[in-house]
Amino acid sequence: MLNKVRPLFFVLVVLGLILSACAPATTPTETTQTEKIVEKTVIQTQVVEVEKIITPTAGPVEGTILVDGSSTVAPITQAVAEEFQKVYPEVRVPVGISGTGGGFKKFCNGETDISDASRPIKPSEVELCQKNGIEYIELPVAFDGLAVMVNPSNNFAACLTVEELKKIWAPEAEGVITNWSQVREGFPNQPLTLYGAGTDSGTYDYFTAAIVGEEGSSRGDFLPSEDDNVLVQGIAGDPNALGFFGLAYYEENQDKLKLVAIDNGDGNCVLPDLTTVSQGTYQPLSRPLFIYVNRARVDQKDEISLFIDFYLKNAGQLSKEVGYIPLTDEIYQLAQKRYDNRVTGSIFEGQGSTIGVSLADLLAKE
Amino acid sequence: MSTLTALRDVTFERNLSLRKLKGKLFEIIAFFAILLGIAMLLTLLIDVFLDGLPWISTKLITEFPSRFPDKAGLRSALQGSVWLMVLTAVMAIPIGVGAGIYLEEFAPQNRITRFIEINVANLAGVPSIIYGLLGLGLFVRQLGLGRTLIAGAMTMALLVLPIIIVTTREAIRAVPQSIRQAALALGATDWEVSRDHVLVYSAPAIMTGIILAMSRAIGETAPLITIGALTYIAFDPKGPFDIFTVLPIQIFNWVSLPNPDFHGLAAAGIIILLAVLLSMNALAIWLRNRLQIRW
Repeated sequence: MLNKVRPLFFVLVVLGLILSACAPATTPTETTQTEKIVEKTVIQTQVVEVEKIITPTAGPVEGTILVDGSSTVAPITQAVAEEFQKVYPEVRVPVGISGTGGGFKKFCNGETDISDASRPIKPSEVELCQKNGIEYIELPVAFDGLAVMVNPSNNFAACLTVEELKKIWAPEAEGVITNWSQVREGFPNQPLTLYGAGTDSGTYDYFTAAIVGEEGSSRGDFLPSEDDNVLVQGIAGDPNALGFFGLAYYEENQDKLKLVAIDNGDGNCVLPDLTTVSQGTYQPLSRPLFIYVNRARVDQKDEISLFIDFYLKNAGQLSKEVGYIPLTDEIYQLAQKRYDNRVTGSIFEGQGSTIGVSLADLLAKE
Repeated sequence: MSTLTALRDVTFERNLSLRKLKGKLFEIIAFFAILLGIAMLLTLLIDVFLDGLPWISTKLITEFPSRFPDKAGLRSALQGSVWLMVLTAVMAIPIGVGAGIYLEEFAPQNRITRFIEINVANLAGVPSIIYGLLGLGLFVRQLGLGRTLIAGAMTMALLVLPIIIVTTREAIRAVPQSIRQAALALGATDWEVSRDHVLVYSAPAIMTGIILAMSRAIGETAPLITIGALTYIAFDPKGPFDIFTVLPIQIFNWVSLPNPDFHGLAAAGIIILLAVLLSMNALAIWLRNRLQIRW
């Protein structure tokens, strides 16, 4: 009996050893494409570049385009990737989600080809890219409205001014502004609980820049979550709640939340919707979303240009489908021109979140 | 005399009923303890099945993720999970079982051995995200493997190694000393004793440890997110050096989307994950029983 078991055990162990020994040796042949990409992210090899130049553009295009970055932009890029891969099945476009900041870290390390960003690149990131010799082309792809929301049972806060929001969210408000009656005279004596996007997100960066006036600066005693669905649940279940997050999440939960109109100091209360966000009247909480393309990779990988053309042609339709607001055709054309001319750098001059600017004006200036 | 027995009987009777009551009470507490556990599990399962069952279809297995909930599937994640499990098992099992045998059968009882033992025991309790950071620093960046299956599998192998080592040692320790002595007395070498007797006797228990370890690995998300597997992937992984995503991460991704239909898909994904996990366990249990019957 012993002898019957022994061989089985040995076969298993030997099989295991053989497999583990063979795995790295046999596979590279199957996966040369990814191997190349992986190597390239580590050491920017010249060999790959030469190979790519020799390879003619004609014939079926194949390759891998590595995208990573903002979770806000990811649904748009994923939708574009999904459609793109239907047209070019040999081009693989994985889209990672590691946040705008995390995405730029990888992008400026040369680990990715394209970075999704829900705010313009920051000075510290510009520096990192410069240090590593990475040049980038910045392209706007859609608008996102940041929605300010309260519980449906709240019938007094239909419209808030930017001043009032600043009073609520400023760092000085921590532990001080804790009741709705402190926000505006006439609001009921009712505690105020706050919900907001997590501090690692571009959404938080943009909101604080737009409302508090300084990116990344706010009171600390609010309930943060990187998962907007958690915020939806929180606000929907708390009559005292006030919170902010991307408009896409409001659209799916209209019955559970109440949208607050924003008064940008001119007495007009504006609700975020397709028109007000894309025309820029919903201020200061409508923001453009971007992709950043590694300039050097554009020459190394022909498939990137195909992808970007496809992206800018379809972003309008696809961004609407996943809950964002398309840019105007004019801006998409300006972005395409910017790409065709390979204009590098940021139209925001590396200042990070910039509030209340017209993309068309900035792009036309170039 | 008779009064004395009567007296004793009275106190005995009284004490007996009290003791019986205590016993009953303990039984009830124990029953509620298990009821609580089962109720929790049932609530979770019923909730998941209610949300997920309408979304279960073959499309879930044959289609790639999509922005349309009714077209979205788990194809790339399922393949990623299977690849990851196989690679992890191939690396972790031989090393883990080998280390367990060495520590239990061959290692000299000295300070270094004790130091290793304490470390292994402690490693079993280290949060998985720490392994993810190690994997990111060592395998992804240092060894330049990138965010690939092999880097993920190596991280997972590290994560489950302590579990395999500890259970292997427990299993080996349960083999009676007399078996070893009998074999040694007949002139078997240490190697022959371990190979032909100890390992064979402890195989079923070792298999249990391996099942536990692999079950943990298939459900892990945090370390893989750290090494960068949180990715939309709409193609089949081609080999160990390809980028990948796995079931728990695809589920995590769907849960975070605004459209509630994706939350249903996520629940369906959980059912698939459960199915994969249970069939893996079933296979291992079948293997274990086969070995057991032979003995």
